[in-house]
Amino acid sequence: MIERTPILNAVTHTVLFLGFLVAVLPFVVVAVAASHDLFHVNLVPMPLLPGGHFWENMTEAWTRADLGHKLLNSLIFAGGVAAGKVFVSAITAYAIVFFRFPGRQAIFWAIFVTLMLPLEVRIVPTYAVAANVLGPYQTILDVTGLTDLIAWISGIRLDLQFGLLNSYTGLILPLVATATGTFLYRQFFLTIPDELVEAAKMDGAGPIRFFVDILWPLSRNNVAALATIMFLWAWNQYLWPLLVTTDPTHATAVTELKQLIPNVGGVPEWNIAMAGTLIVMLPTLLVVVVMQRWFVRGLISTEK
Amino acid sequence: MADISIRKVAKSYGKTSVVEALDLDIHSGEFIVVLGPSGCGKSTLLRMIAGLEEISAGDIAIDGTIVNRLEPRERGCAMVFQNYALYPHMSVADNMGYALKVAGVAKAERLARIGRVAETLGLTALLDRRPAQLSGGQRQRVAMGRAMIREPKVFLFDEPLSNLDAKLRVQMRIEIRKLHNRLSATSIFVTHDQVEAMTLADRIVVMNAGKVEQIGTPLEIWHRPASRFVAGFVGMPPMNLLEATVETDTRVRLADGTPIDTPPLALRPGTPVVIGIRAEDVRVGAAVNDPGLVLAVDFVEQLGAAALVHGRFGGHDFVVTAPAALAEGAPEGLALGIDPPALHLFDAATGRRLATVNDAAALARPAVLAPTA
Ligand SMILES: Nc1ncnc2c1ncn2[C@@H]1O[C@H](COP(=O)(O)OP(=O)(O)O)[C@@H](O)[C@H]1O
Ligand SMILES: [Mg+2]
Repeated sequence: MIERTPILNAVTHTVLFLGFLVAVLPFVVVAVAASHDLFHVNLVPMPLLPGGHFWENMTEAWTRADLGHKLLNSLIFAGGVAAGKVFVSAITAYAIVFFRFPGRQAIFWAIFVTLMLPLEVRIVPTYAVAANVLGPYQTILDVTGLTDLIAWISGIRLDLQFGLLNSYTGLILPLVATATGTFLYRQFFLTIPDELVEAAKMDGAGPIRFFVDILWPLSRNNVAALATIMFLWAWNQYLWPLLVTTDPTHATAVTELKQLIPNVGGVPEWNIAMAGTLIVMLPTLLVVVVMQRWFVRGLISTEK
Repeated sequence: MADISIRKVAKSYGKTSVVEALDLDIHSGEFIVVLGPSGCGKSTLLRMIAGLEEISAGDIAIDGTIVNRLEPRERGCAMVFQNYALYPHMSVADNMGYALKVAGVAKAERLARIGRVAETLGLTALLDRRPAQLSGGQRQRVAMGRAMIREPKVFLFDEPLSNLDAKLRVQMRIEIRKLHNRLSATSIFVTHDQVEAMTLADRIVVMNAGKVEQIGTPLEIWHRPASRFVAGFVGMPPMNLLEATVETDTRVRLADGTPIDTPPLALRPGTPVVIGIRAEDVRVGAAVNDPGLVLAVDFVEQLGAAALVHGRFGGHDFVVTAPAALAEGAPEGLALGIDPPALHLFDAATGRRLATVNDAAALARPAVLAPTA
């Protein structure tokens, strides 16, 4: 739609610009704070012009919180979660949209219901399972008395243990299932004309070939959109990595930021903390900049 | 080349029956057009032959093998879809070659075959384009190429021309028929367009509400429509159909009392019938010697070579074809002449054709009625 509305344009641009200022101000404050020394950052009010200690603060934050290692952890964690979610939701939606099997609707609604159960709601049971994946089976055996029976027969007392705490698997796996992603794909798959599916059948493509050769390439915009959203979401996760990684070798960058936050009564090194924050934010910024084009296309998804 | 034999094939979705116990024998190399109004089950029939739709009852055999349980790829059919169904993310070459790729044909041979088919269809310059960069006619060609490349025994077309503009439709129609003659495969072509059916078909299968109304050559269908439905569906303008009552052996009376002479009938007086006559079979103007028959003219459609005159006759809407000059100046009434041999008679209750001497006369014209086994 092309319209000539100079006044409306001016108004929209003003509103947009104000929004931009509001959004960017906190970043400016963080960046400015990260460039001062200990004395200046604690002045009230804090100077709003950058100081000369930026690089120094950055290196200090980097080494103190071991950010090199932690960023790598974050990358593995967020990348793993994003990849897992993209793949699992794609094949789930594929099954729901393109195959007729008993219980299809029930499964769909079951997935729908999990939308109302975000990680925070189910974090205790999820933690329990991650701590011992076989725990539920042990419980079943205990409750039914089978443990006692086996102990009585064989003399061995069953104690099933398979923990995922302090491992990448434990970090990633419980977050991989996603109703949101399944929905995004479902909506997209529903727009695929039946004729295209039938044409592929006539060409001799079976279900797996159809998925790999046709459906997956056609959904690349959705893949990009979903991967971006999920990467950012996982990168910013705090509670789950904090619970699962008691050992700092598997901690993520976001949780390790707490190393830089001044303790009560400690030296108020907010300049270092802000420098660390900047470093941890940077990768997400890059992802958004790089993926933006695909991301927007995947969400509007009207392109044929 | 393949015979297709369809035996008592039926399709129903739950309780709704879409195709009812349908029998059809298609000879190897024949061009069959399935003609019928939208929603009559044509596509369903085609998709059952292709294997895209399960059949509820009956048997379909291709080349003597019953294919009821075979996957589409095992049936040796290729299909051209109404909306072309090209893979949007693949180039024209990849679209055409996909079936070969799936079948594991080596790349060199694949490219050679794509090249050959592209040349036949005039697509050589477009091989690297995406479907979105093609015009409707070009997409149609790619869809044809994709079907041709596998050298199938049977071509299935589901209204492939309905998305093209009128001129392109005529051009593609001719090309499809030429291709069929050259490839000597068996073709089944579904359409709701009677002109396509008349021009393309060796034999036409007219369908209505899931049932076959008539199977015959285009001329058989034209000259001896087997039912009131076929008579009204085939022909532009549609055949005039008037309710009447039998009076004597050679005369019926229309609803408004107008008497019409007919070929000899063997029906009891008082039997309700439907008489049909095509617009171009009605004599009009000065030479008419039935003074009683007059068309009350409503309006005239000038076509240049002739004119379609619409009006009321015998209590019904009625159309006749008149010489352009005669229709000029908007006459109020037009004298009509109806020759008994030009009449078609149908049972008022069942809609089936009633045999008359007219049909016997038609039998004498061999071109019109070459009986097909
Ligand atoms: N999956 C389905 N479930 C129920 N009814 C269907 C289904 N597919 C088609 N039909 C019905 O079957 C009838 C014939 O459809 P179709 O063969 O597509 O007609 P057409 O002659 O226009 O190609 C239509 O009335 C349609 O509503
Ligand atoms: Mg159809």
